[in-house]
Amino acid sequence: MSIITAEPLQPLQPLQVVDPAVAVARTRPRNSPAETISQTLSMAWRALKKMRRNPEQFFDVTLQPLLFTAMFAYIFGGAISGNVSSYLPLLIPGIVAQTVLTTCMASGVQLREDLDKGVFDRFKVLPIARIAPLAGPVVADVVRYLIAASLTFVMGLIIGYRPGGGVFGVLGAIALSIFIGWSMAWIFTWIGTIARNARSVQGISMLILFPLTFLSNAFVPVKTLPSGLAEFVKINPVSHLVSATRDLANYGTITSEVGWTLLAGLVVIAIFAPLSVRSYRRHM
Amino acid sequence: MTTTAAIDAVGLVKSFGQLRAVDGIDLDVHQGEIFGVLGPNGAGKTTMLKMLATLLPIDAGQARVFGVDVAREPHRIRQLVGVTGQYASVDEDLTATENLWLFGKLQGLRSADARAAANRLLGQFGLEDAANKPISQFSGGMRRRLDLAASLITRPPLIFLDEPTTGLDPRTRGQMWDTIRGLVAEGSTVLLTTQYLDEADQLAGRIAVIDHGRKVAEGTPDELKTSVGNSTLQLQLAPDADQELARQIVRKVAGAEPVLTPESGRMNVPLDTADRAADILIGFRQAGVPIISVSVSKPTLDEVFLAITGHGAEDDEGLADDYDPDPAANDEAGAPTDSALEVQ
Repeated sequence: MSIITAEPLQPLQPLQVVDPAVAVARTRPRNSPAETISQTLSMAWRALKKMRRNPEQFFDVTLQPLLFTAMFAYIFGGAISGNVSSYLPLLIPGIVAQTVLTTCMASGVQLREDLDKGVFDRFKVLPIARIAPLAGPVVADVVRYLIAASLTFVMGLIIGYRPGGGVFGVLGAIALSIFIGWSMAWIFTWIGTIARNARSVQGISMLILFPLTFLSNAFVPVKTLPSGLAEFVKINPVSHLVSATRDLANYGTITSEVGWTLLAGLVVIAIFAPLSVRSYRRHM
Repeated sequence: MTTTAAIDAVGLVKSFGQLRAVDGIDLDVHQGEIFGVLGPNGAGKTTMLKMLATLLPIDAGQARVFGVDVAREPHRIRQLVGVTGQYASVDEDLTATENLWLFGKLQGLRSADARAAANRLLGQFGLEDAANKPISQFSGGMRRRLDLAASLITRPPLIFLDEPTTGLDPRTRGQMWDTIRGLVAEGSTVLLTTQYLDEADQLAGRIAVIDHGRKVAEGTPDELKTSVGNSTLQLQLAPDADQELARQIVRKVAGAEPVLTPESGRMNVPLDTADRAADILIGFRQAGVPIISVSVSKPTLDEVFLAITGHGAEDDEGLADDYDPDPAANDEAGAPTDSALEVQ
């Protein structure tokens, strides 16, 4: 059955006629915040797909927590804290901070590799927010921080760590670590946009990461350090992260360290997200 | 009713250090036409196209696309143009469907609409069988088709095609030509760069010839070909031949100015019809001008260049069109690589 109307039948005209005047009228001068978020999530979807298809991207976030936790505990436990089990409350939050930061570094290296691919030429010519191709992978990497932080705690539990902060303390510590990973990733994203190739991203990142993680209270108590070094360790944001994580996981308390850590994260984003976008723009 | 020009560019300039890759080019592309930009590698075609597509900042001059200023409103321009390069700019880690879906989503389509657009384009480009295969299993022609499909998701009124058939086999090339004609039938305007005169001839309504960053000629394919003749007689004069006499005979018999290379004794003569070749040869025989070899060929890009610029198209290897200090490996057979990223 059919109803005859005065309107022409659409299916008879399979060609969609492009009208430039209409297209020009439809253009908008810039992306709205909602569009920017939607574009970022689409780019995050792409990053997650790539992760699923390249499972070797999960090696660092799975093997490193397992290996480092066991290694550090059995090697340094006796020397620093007398025995392994009393070292674990000090060590586990340190390893969490270290693995999360190493995971950030991988974000920068992967971004650099990605930027060289032809598909980025298309991203650049699409009417999308310039931050979306950078922020997408950073958002997707939350999955990797979650795996890294959770596995470290699981490994700790296996070798005898009993966090005094209980389930909520540990979950809080994991959430804080993810936030810090997410914000610190912008430093490495920026390096990814300025470095010549993935190898140099790796090199520069190592130079930043090693002092940051080892010149902190992640693995040793600050009071054992010489005074000059101790001063640096105290202002190092990684130390604040480690202290905050210890307070949350071991005592279930939210101390001022949590506040300092969040502040440090926000400052890093405020500085490095605009820098990254600027450098990405200039690459065009 | 007057319509806005699809592209209105005046005095475009782009320099890379000392090299002026684009050196003051004017373009006037009408709505609904296929405009060909013809030139050898290194002429500045790709650089010009990248400026118009907001991929490179414009050093000097002004460009408008449908009346929108390219330098001032790049975001608007990006909503009006589709770009397909010499390489395939699609994501190797995603399937064809996922690629098109992602590009649709990024341009504001809802998930279901993006999926519908992806399926429609895959059907239109004969890729539905490969829809869920990884791109790494695609042939060069399939990649190119997918790349073009990716430029068409939001039906942009202006489409830039940068050497769309370089590296494709003749059959795939013909398919690509049909697709391009189809786009224009639907109301799009196409700016096409090419190294092949026959491609510009087949497709373009008007052609601009670019050399060393400058526009050296512009016109319809017929006008351009008339300037070089419909075919060319190539003669190799014997070493003892009187070259000046040969030149005069050609002028008298064919009414054309030959292009003579005195050192080698090579002479090219543009001809209206191939029949003229016989007249010239008879003239040579009667005047006693000895020749070593003779051939008649259709005009090539090289001859257009020879006629217009006085030098051959292959002279320009020193000028990298796609200024690319780090050419990435490209898996399409011999296709030139290119990356906007490396242009700083």
